[in-house]
Amino acid sequence: MSKTMTGAKMVVQALVDQGVEVVFGYPGGAVLPIYDEIFQQNHIQHILVRHEQGAVHAAEGYARSTGKPGVALVTSGPGATNAVTGLTDALMDSIPIIVLTGQVPTFMIGSDAFQEADTVGITRPCTKHNWLVKETDRLAATMHEAFHVATSGRPGPVLIDIPKDVQFATGKYTEARQVETHYAPQVKGDLDAITELAKAMETAKRPIFYTGGGVINSGPAASQLLRELVAETNFPITSTLMGLGCYPASGENWLGMLGMHGLYEANMAMHDCDLMINIGARFDDRITGLVDKFSPGSKKAHIDIDASSINKVIRVDIPILGDVAHVLEDLLKVWKSRGRKTNKEGLSKWWDQINEWKQVDCLKFKQEGKTIKPQHAVARLEALTKSHDRYICTEVGQHQMWAAQYLGFEDPNRWMTSGGLGTMGYGFPASVGVQLAHRDALVINVAGEASWLMNMQELGTAVQYNLPVKQFILNNERLGMVRQWQELLHGERYSQSWSEALPDFVKLAEAFGAKGIMVSDPDDLDDAIMEMINHDGPVLFDCLIEKHENCFPMIPSGKPHNEMLLGENADTTNAIQAGGAVMV
Amino acid sequence: MSPLKIKKGATSHSAYNLRSSYGDEVERHTLAVIVANEPGVLARVIGLFSGRGYNIESLTVAEVDHEGHRSRITIVTSGKPQIITQIKSQLSRIVPVHQVHDLTVEGPTVERELALLKVAGSGDHRIEAIRLADIFRANVVDSTLESFVFEITGTPEKIDAFADLMRPLGLQEVARTGVAALARGSEAKTS
Ligand SMILES: Cc1cc2nc3c(=O)[nH]c(=O)nc-3n(C[C@H](O)[C@H](O)[C@H](O)COP(=O)(O)OP(=O)(O)OC[C@H]3O[C@@H](n4cnc5c(N)ncnc54)[C@H](O)[C@@H]3O)c2cc1C
Ligand SMILES: Cc1ncc(C[n+]2csc(CCOP(=O)(O)OP(=O)(O)O)c2C)c(N)n1
Repeated sequence: MSKTMTGAKMVVQALVDQGVEVVFGYPGGAVLPIYDEIFQQNHIQHILVRHEQGAVHAAEGYARSTGKPGVALVTSGPGATNAVTGLTDALMDSIPIIVLTGQVPTFMIGSDAFQEADTVGITRPCTKHNWLVKETDRLAATMHEAFHVATSGRPGPVLIDIPKDVQFATGKYTEARQVETHYAPQVKGDLDAITELAKAMETAKRPIFYTGGGVINSGPAASQLLRELVAETNFPITSTLMGLGCYPASGENWLGMLGMHGLYEANMAMHDCDLMINIGARFDDRITGLVDKFSPGSKKAHIDIDASSINKVIRVDIPILGDVAHVLEDLLKVWKSRGRKTNKEGLSKWWDQINEWKQVDCLKFKQEGKTIKPQHAVARLEALTKSHDRYICTEVGQHQMWAAQYLGFEDPNRWMTSGGLGTMGYGFPASVGVQLAHRDALVINVAGEASWLMNMQELGTAVQYNLPVKQFILNNERLGMVRQWQELLHGERYSQSWSEALPDFVKLAEAFGAKGIMVSDPDDLDDAIMEMINHDGPVLFDCLIEKHENCFPMIPSGKPHNEMLLGENADTTNAIQAGGAVMV
Repeated sequence: MSPLKIKKGATSHSAYNLRSSYGDEVERHTLAVIVANEPGVLARVIGLFSGRGYNIESLTVAEVDHEGHRSRITIVTSGKPQIITQIKSQLSRIVPVHQVHDLTVEGPTVERELALLKVAGSGDHRIEAIRLADIFRANVVDSTLESFVFEITGTPEKIDAFADLMRPLGLQEVARTGVAALARGSEAKTS
């Protein structure tokens, strides 16, 4: 017997049936019936953000930190277009979110009605899939399907556009179990390919695990299996920015992050390895640098759930299409049943070499004088917070890289950053989403002042819901990452890369009813951080840092992995040549 | 989250080989893409090609199974082997895409296109046009004292050749359908 109800009620019912607890949203004319239903129930908490972009990033933060899909609800027209950046961000980083948009009534679609936008048209390239629902009878089924699509296979954002008359009309509610779908990406890897990989692992002299966001996407079991695999084989392991936490930073085989601002030892090992085992990473250009010179001598295996990630950028020898956890489980079985063999002698020499690279100590810095170095600020943040139940978000820029380099992640889902799209303004709303999911945890957003200002309105949200998010702003009064590129690439002509007329962040915090802390003296730093941690409420932490610090190590664009720039003494003149300059 | 019923044997990935051979030659491939006949699906496919910079030489689409809401899109595309593999992988991850078949690698196929050509002229030109049409097995589907509309079916190359011959004889307009293709033999490749 199927229930009959209005479309608006179906939306809420479907969310409840899908186990949704929190919706981030912003009302408007085209979603009023849904807001009316939200008003009349207690199952779902609605969080009123201050800008629709904030709603989508908050949903992303919620999703990444819980492994559950995040949900955002916005109105038609400007509400929907404001969601576009967040959708694109979630698509690039494979984050499962469901965005519900209101639409003008079906009989007005196409007439340039008030607040009409072709939402499914605009968001088609920035969603995994989207739907315009024209009949109330189809609404519940579409909602259920949307959750399935967002969370299956390679996760991603989906959008449902719901015209207002569809919300008002009455129809039949379809239960999730009544919905048939053909969308079922392959999760089990091909056993022959897995065996081929196991064999290659048995003989490799210089193997490396190159892991990425796919391990996090695959769920905590994948990280667990990965740890077992590393312990069993004693192979070194590195990870992309998106995969941090899938293997613990304190783990013995950890080489740190790789890539453009990755660690020397990780990049050198990638360049010189003879067997590269890519687990849920996508050979992004921040990783490969110059494709032609990328790890020239290695055999490459790639485990990925998305066929289009395989052989897209780098040709691999052993492609394995499947889910990380499923494939690792089989790989471990095969490898154990074949006698747990590795090339011990080769491995031991490989580790000697890696340990030699580690001696370079590529993250070393000197905190001297009366100005706080950003690296020092992040290192102190790490020291004073690592024993906490801690979640870290970031904005985009140098501070993001310093956070990746100087903070240690022990578990998956503890690190929320915008990797693929590099969206300034992501971190603050994301931290709001994370804190809602983890009420008692310490949630910190490592920010640059410029990025933070992009979605600063969310301070209202943090205060309204008493979310004690800590905004750790490394304030260099510069668009630091842009300034660094101008120094290296554009003859130190700092075109438009500094912010004048910055606000007094302490007063700004107070104006919103939050706490502000400013620190500029290295001697006061620890106390200030402790004050931030101990304050039960949102804190805006304005840390004035060295204005011209560059972020190293760095592989200049267009260069191979073994030509990194290291530290302040690096010769940066002409570091990037014409060929590399066209790349971003 | 409550799960949905997943149809047995369902998958949006068709089984093609991910080990592509990496030649550098540009190849021409004919793909048959079976999609759910729902609004926007063609826009998704076309958007994929334009957004990622792939070539479309020809694209045809029509519903082929009314009850099952299935349409068949036939795409002729060209690119290096790595790009062809990418195109197939990218197509197969579009949610309403049910199957992607690379007819070019799956075996011998028949490819046909239909074209209508309007040729205007008189005297010898008119006689020559009708003679050539006969050789090409083109039909006259409309005629006035100064013109013909020919209907011709064949491979794209045959239609090109016919159009080339008609040009000096007074070719005015051409309408072409694009390629439809099926694998040869008794077995159905797509379902
Ligand atoms: C300023 C800036 C600097 C940056 N510098 C660096 C840098 O130095 N180093 C660095 O690493 N990154 C850096 N990045 C991030 C970079 O741009 C990419 O976002 C990142 O490298 C991609 O990570 P990934 O390869 O793990 O892929 P993701 O984007 O996380 O993709 C995951 C892959 O796993 C697959 N997958 C998903 N789910 C599963 C599953 N269940 N099973 C199997 N496979 C699955 C997906 O299909 C995909 O191929 C930087 C970003 C910014 C903004
Ligand atoms: C929305 C958006 N606009 C522009 C950029 C380009 N960009 C990348 S980093 C950066 C500067 C960031 O400055 P800030 O947030 O202060 O961080 P810093 O690099 O100084 O640590 C800019 C402008 C971007 N990534 N996102």
